[in-house]
Amino acid sequence: MAKALPPLAVCALRLGDDALICGQRLSEWCGHAPALEVDLSLANVALDQIGQATHFLGLAGEIEGKSRDADALAFKRDVMDFTNCLLVEQPNGDFAQTIARLFLFSHYQELLYAALAVSKHERFAAIAAKAVKETAYHATLASDWVIRLGDGTDESRARMTAGLDWMWRFADELFEADEADAALGVDKAALKPAWDQRLDAVLADAALERPASRRPVLGGRKGRHSEHLGHLLSEMQFLQRAYPGATW
Amino acid sequence: MVSGVAVITDTGKVRRVLADVPDPEIPCVSVLDLGIVRAIDAGRVVITPTYSGCPATLAIEQAIRTALDNNGFGDVAIITTLSPPWTTDWITEEGREKLRAYGIAPPPKGANAASLKNAQAAECPRCGSSNTEEISRFGSTPCKALWRCKACAEPFDRFKCH
Ligand SMILES: [Zn+2]
Repeated sequence: MAKALPPLAVCALRLGDDALICGQRLSEWCGHAPALEVDLSLANVALDQIGQATHFLGLAGEIEGKSRDADALAFKRDVMDFTNCLLVEQPNGDFAQTIARLFLFSHYQELLYAALAVSKHERFAAIAAKAVKETAYHATLASDWVIRLGDGTDESRARMTAGLDWMWRFADELFEADEADAALGVDKAALKPAWDQRLDAVLADAALERPASRRPVLGGRKGRHSEHLGHLLSEMQFLQRAYPGATW
Repeated sequence: MVSGVAVITDTGKVRRVLADVPDPEIPCVSVLDLGIVRAIDAGRVVITPTYSGCPATLAIEQAIRTALDNNGFGDVAIITTLSPPWTTDWITEEGREKLRAYGIAPPPKGANAASLKNAQAAECPRCGSSNTEEISRFGSTPCKALWRCKACAEPFDRFKCH
């Protein structure tokens, strides 16, 4: 149970879960994307995210000290024990909705990793310093597509607008902080102005309106998820559920 | 039989062994050329992964292990470190030449080159022209982007600046 974990293990778990679920969702596009280049892009981003997840989940397991490694944390927890933000578990929808999700998430993740890279917690800093360079590519990819779709045809513009409108309600949760975050020493709320600025600049280039503020949807950090996560896990964890302890 | 201690202090020999361990995804360059090996000292080889999710990381470690074992360095430990993070600036000059000869444009050097907004045009590894364009920033492996030469019309891989 996440509640019983030391604060720094909670932080590592959240970082790992965010990256893992983001990566798993994006990997669903593999072989289905509208063009080969897009297929390669999304699969590469998914791979980076799953790599980052491996590092953070491994760290969470070490801090917990109960012999759970990254695989155990990824494949042997049920939905209520996952602490990812609700944004990353949202279904892919159409390509524009996937891009909207990556756009909101990757800019947040890049800012968070940049702050973590200079943290006094060396293990977190080492993973973040490496990952921030990867995430900068993700944020650029998402931003380029927001501009291309927003400033494209009527159809692409309508879809990009709808994608952003759906994902926007999950943005506030990214900057929510509690006592675990305090232990890590990174002020997530302080990242919000830079995030706003980045997104506004891209939206201006895309000739898109910033979606109206709406009641934020929260709960992922405490294990209260949308029904979508359970379905994602049933696929991701299939092998360990069907053949517990299987290795190859 | 040489004693363990005597063997592991021979860093020059360990270095020569590693110079023959190819990268599993780009076999024209060795793990030394890529700058993955950060230190060879007191009984250990310190390596660092290129990307967080590089699928070759485990294969690289296994290839190094096998090469060390086969050359009598079974006592040498392999340590993986994340910090400082790997950068393409650590690819050696020799490694950059090998990449070019293999058909992969080497990455530009320096912090400015890493800026995604001001990416310099890649030089076509086939004809040397700078009249090139990026097709996809993400290519066939995490470390490569896909480019096209407008002079000779050939597509080519470019090692991503990182
Ligand atoms: Zn050419």
